[in-house]
Amino acid sequence: MEVGKIVRISGPLVVAEGLINAQMYEVVRVGEARLLGEIIEIKRGLASIQVYEETTGLGLEEPVFATGSPLSVELGPGLISSIYDGIQRPLDILRDREGDFVTRGVEVPALSRTRRWNFKPLVKKGDEVEAGDILGEVEETPLVKHYIMVPPEIKKGKVKKIFEGEHKVDDVVAVIEVDKKEVSITMVSKWPVRRPRPFKKKVAPVEPLITGQRVIDTFFPVAKGGTACIPGPFGSGKTVTQHQLAKWANSRIVIFIGCGERGNEMTDVLLEFPTLVDPYSGRPLMERTVLIANTSNMPVAAREASIYTGITIAEYFRDMGYDVTLQADSTSRWAEALREISGRLEEMPGEEGYPAYLSSRLAAFYERAGKVYCLGRDNREGSITAIGSVSPPGGDLSEPVVQATLRVVKVFWALEDRLAYERHFPAINWLLSYSLYSPKIDEYLNRTLAADFSEKRKEAMRLLQREAELKEIVRLIGMDALSFHERLILEVARSLREDFLQQHAFHPVDTFASLEKQYLMLSNIILYYRLAKEALERGVSLEEIFAPKIKEKLGRMKYVSTEEMDELKEVENFLNQYFEKLKGTVKSV
Amino acid sequence: MFKEYVSVRDIVGPLIFIEGVRGATYGELVEVSFPDGRQSLGSVLEINRDFALLQVFKGTQGINKTQTRVRFLGKSLELPVSPDVLGRVFDGLGRPIDNGPDIIPDKWLDINGLPINPYARDYPTDFIQTGISAIDGMNPLVRGQKLPIFSGAGLPHSQLAAQIARQATVRGRGESFAVVFAAMGITFEEASFFIEDFSQTGALERAVLFVNLADDPPIERVATPRVALTAAEYLAFELGLHVLVILTDMTYYCEALREISAARREVPGRRGYPGYLYTDLATIYERAGRIKGRHGSITQIPILTMPEDDKTHPIPDLTGYITEGQIILSRDLHRAGIYPPIDVMPSLSRLKEKGIGEGKTREDHSGLSNQLFAAYARGREARELLLILGEAALTKVDKLYVEFANQFEQKFVAQGERENRTIEETLDLGWELLRILPREELKRVSPQQIQFYLDGKGKK
Repeated sequence: MEVGKIVRISGPLVVAEGLINAQMYEVVRVGEARLLGEIIEIKRGLASIQVYEETTGLGLEEPVFATGSPLSVELGPGLISSIYDGIQRPLDILRDREGDFVTRGVEVPALSRTRRWNFKPLVKKGDEVEAGDILGEVEETPLVKHYIMVPPEIKKGKVKKIFEGEHKVDDVVAVIEVDKKEVSITMVSKWPVRRPRPFKKKVAPVEPLITGQRVIDTFFPVAKGGTACIPGPFGSGKTVTQHQLAKWANSRIVIFIGCGERGNEMTDVLLEFPTLVDPYSGRPLMERTVLIANTSNMPVAAREASIYTGITIAEYFRDMGYDVTLQADSTSRWAEALREISGRLEEMPGEEGYPAYLSSRLAAFYERAGKVYCLGRDNREGSITAIGSVSPPGGDLSEPVVQATLRVVKVFWALEDRLAYERHFPAINWLLSYSLYSPKIDEYLNRTLAADFSEKRKEAMRLLQREAELKEIVRLIGMDALSFHERLILEVARSLREDFLQQHAFHPVDTFASLEKQYLMLSNIILYYRLAKEALERGVSLEEIFAPKIKEKLGRMKYVSTEEMDELKEVENFLNQYFEKLKGTVKSV
Repeated sequence: MFKEYVSVRDIVGPLIFIEGVRGATYGELVEVSFPDGRQSLGSVLEINRDFALLQVFKGTQGINKTQTRVRFLGKSLELPVSPDVLGRVFDGLGRPIDNGPDIIPDKWLDINGLPINPYARDYPTDFIQTGISAIDGMNPLVRGQKLPIFSGAGLPHSQLAAQIARQATVRGRGESFAVVFAAMGITFEEASFFIEDFSQTGALERAVLFVNLADDPPIERVATPRVALTAAEYLAFELGLHVLVILTDMTYYCEALREISAARREVPGRRGYPGYLYTDLATIYERAGRIKGRHGSITQIPILTMPEDDKTHPIPDLTGYITEGQIILSRDLHRAGIYPPIDVMPSLSRLKEKGIGEGKTREDHSGLSNQLFAAYARGREARELLLILGEAALTKVDKLYVEFANQFEQKFVAQGERENRTIEETLDLGWELLRILPREELKRVSPQQIQFYLDGKGKK
């Protein structure tokens, strides 16, 4: 392999000469310390390299070693429950070997080479196979069956040998005859991170991703295979919302990328996920999670790579036929990494110093999400739902990263610091947010959950919108200007906000609400509105309509656990009876 | 043998370009000898085949092209550390300025440190009692947290920081904190306020001070917080102490960074600050925390003055994205004579939920603080309404809320500079204030808690 020489060093950017055959995005080893880097520009015989590790101490004339291959990730059993840095170095192993601080120039394989996995073949000798077909399975965790597939580059072949039993990831588990040649298959494979993995066909997503978060599932749902973004100023709860989704979304696999964020947040996930139980399977959440942690103080170029590392792993699990959620917190930090490297390359800047290709890179990233028919003859379906948080400077949504993101994603959860100050969590503004999946998901939920689901949701939204207008009037001329009906709307909207939209992430019961519970809660509030409105028309006093007992019943609903769901039906009965009784009193007046 | 160069090519702001350099490394420390015999340290910002770009800590005044000599020292900036650093005062680069002896080093540490492996971190969960109700009750500080004070010109952030340094303890452990104090660009008066306060209370013995004053070289400031945190890491992770780091004022630090960036003709980000300001600040703030299996911890309280009290200015904005919350000081409260003028509403402690509750503070802490937040928010809203529409526009309950908001500011938030309230006193005070409101308004605390804390009946 070629060896070049360093001629310039500026932060994470190193320029080398003498790499004649260098390719764009080829991985190189930089300096005597053999730091990992990637070629990002070739100009006048010089190769510009972004270095994934701290460059302090590098000098001119030091060697740069070409490797001939692009930046790739290792795929195979052992990914689940791991924690990697942005370039897929396992942080737990790194700590065992190098200590509590991240050191440089260390090479550790991403997947353990000593651990053995029990490989169970699902094809037999002589079977015809093609790209994407499943050769066998490994139980990676009790939650995840890891399927070993025919690699995409093998179009058609015949199984010559297959080996059941305990194997290491780099042992040969099958031999396939392709065009009279034998190809050995191991459980581990490599894939370049910047190239999307192939599939048969993309389809439009229709099924909702259930997250257990009321404001999301009921009002602004995201589809399995969809894209969503969470922009918000600091302190508005982006990370808590991301964590909630990672915990409770009904995906089979969760890839969580901590991209340029706080170290303690990753620690929080690491400590908490093994103790939390997946509501669908009863197993620890860590058994379906892959973590990628490139915290804000780790090298900036590796931050740029981290989201590609993440989405490639996501695609690999999608190809097995799983629903995968990929969460990136935060894409703004990724964009800033892009900006920093672009600045060092002295490229012509676009808006606010971001490179002109920011929006095309972002769009290409989100486009790797989606619902697909996977390669392979069994027509299995898989999906990737991509959810990125955005951290706009000063909370200003007109800045380039938010705007470029909004052009591609279909769901917008607008977090607001004003709501967070009032301790309204999740601080998702119900008037600004939107979901373009709503029409399709409405149809789906009307069919599977309750026929009047979308009708009630729309009614609730109308009330909330009306509330905003009425509040404006109250602010100008006071409560007295409102009619009784308008006051009722304010009261019901308050209940919607406090009893439905607000959800306590740290409360053992309230942290997750099933779709059924969400529907019953919403139904009760709407029922209250309808009954109260009717009573008002009959002349019942506001005092009786706003009885503390009703407030209390509605307020208690969120704390009803899944096992005691009957209690919610009782609230319904209570409301009906209460207003039935009022009918009597009015008649007697 | 160190090579010495006399080949200064250009001098731009605090930077010099040197030609013909061989063997220099990125980030290397240099020693610049001025024509008049003065010396300054500096470091390598960029190396090219044709030139090396250096930043000179003392600035470039008096440098010329012919008589200036530069020596490359073959290492990056390192700080000598030993247990004797406690009780000492150093300059912004870690050289003693208290007329004491030089430090006989245990070891030399690179001031840039290394990032803590996220897997090695331990989550901060130990409540720190600062004795200040607005912090302990509403936005509690936790050991290993980084919680900045967002202040403005003329607000008493120094007094507040000194009070925290004086009073902070972890309950039940009786362990006190060692204080590492880094001054960047503040005035002599501000710095001496801290030094006097520390020596009066005897805290100086447990403190290490790094002082770069307003008239010290601004470029040196870029190194000061890193020097201070290197000392803190040594005390915390090698000697096992709990360390409280006060960094003041981060705004001057960022301005020094901007000066270098401008001199390099870099593409600016917002308001002329470099595009990498976030990453740069993160390499400072992220050095707070705890490590599994090690006894010590680093808790950071950076102070920054917001230009025009504007929270969306890049410095507070990017800081807020990295730190675990913020304590915001309010000019209105300060004008109303309330000390400490902490505006609890936009203030936030992200680690609150993990640091409080049964066994740490008290079981009612979470509910009570939520109730106080909600009531204070409503009271402030009503108070605004009162200003616009007059008293007649308020309902009876709203008037009570206004009363609550006023009392909350005057009794709960306000306290003396030397007043050290236990967490029980703080919480009981909160309950006392809730008596102003009708019982049915208290929805964030449980009926049992109301009975127990307001009526003295039943059990917790």
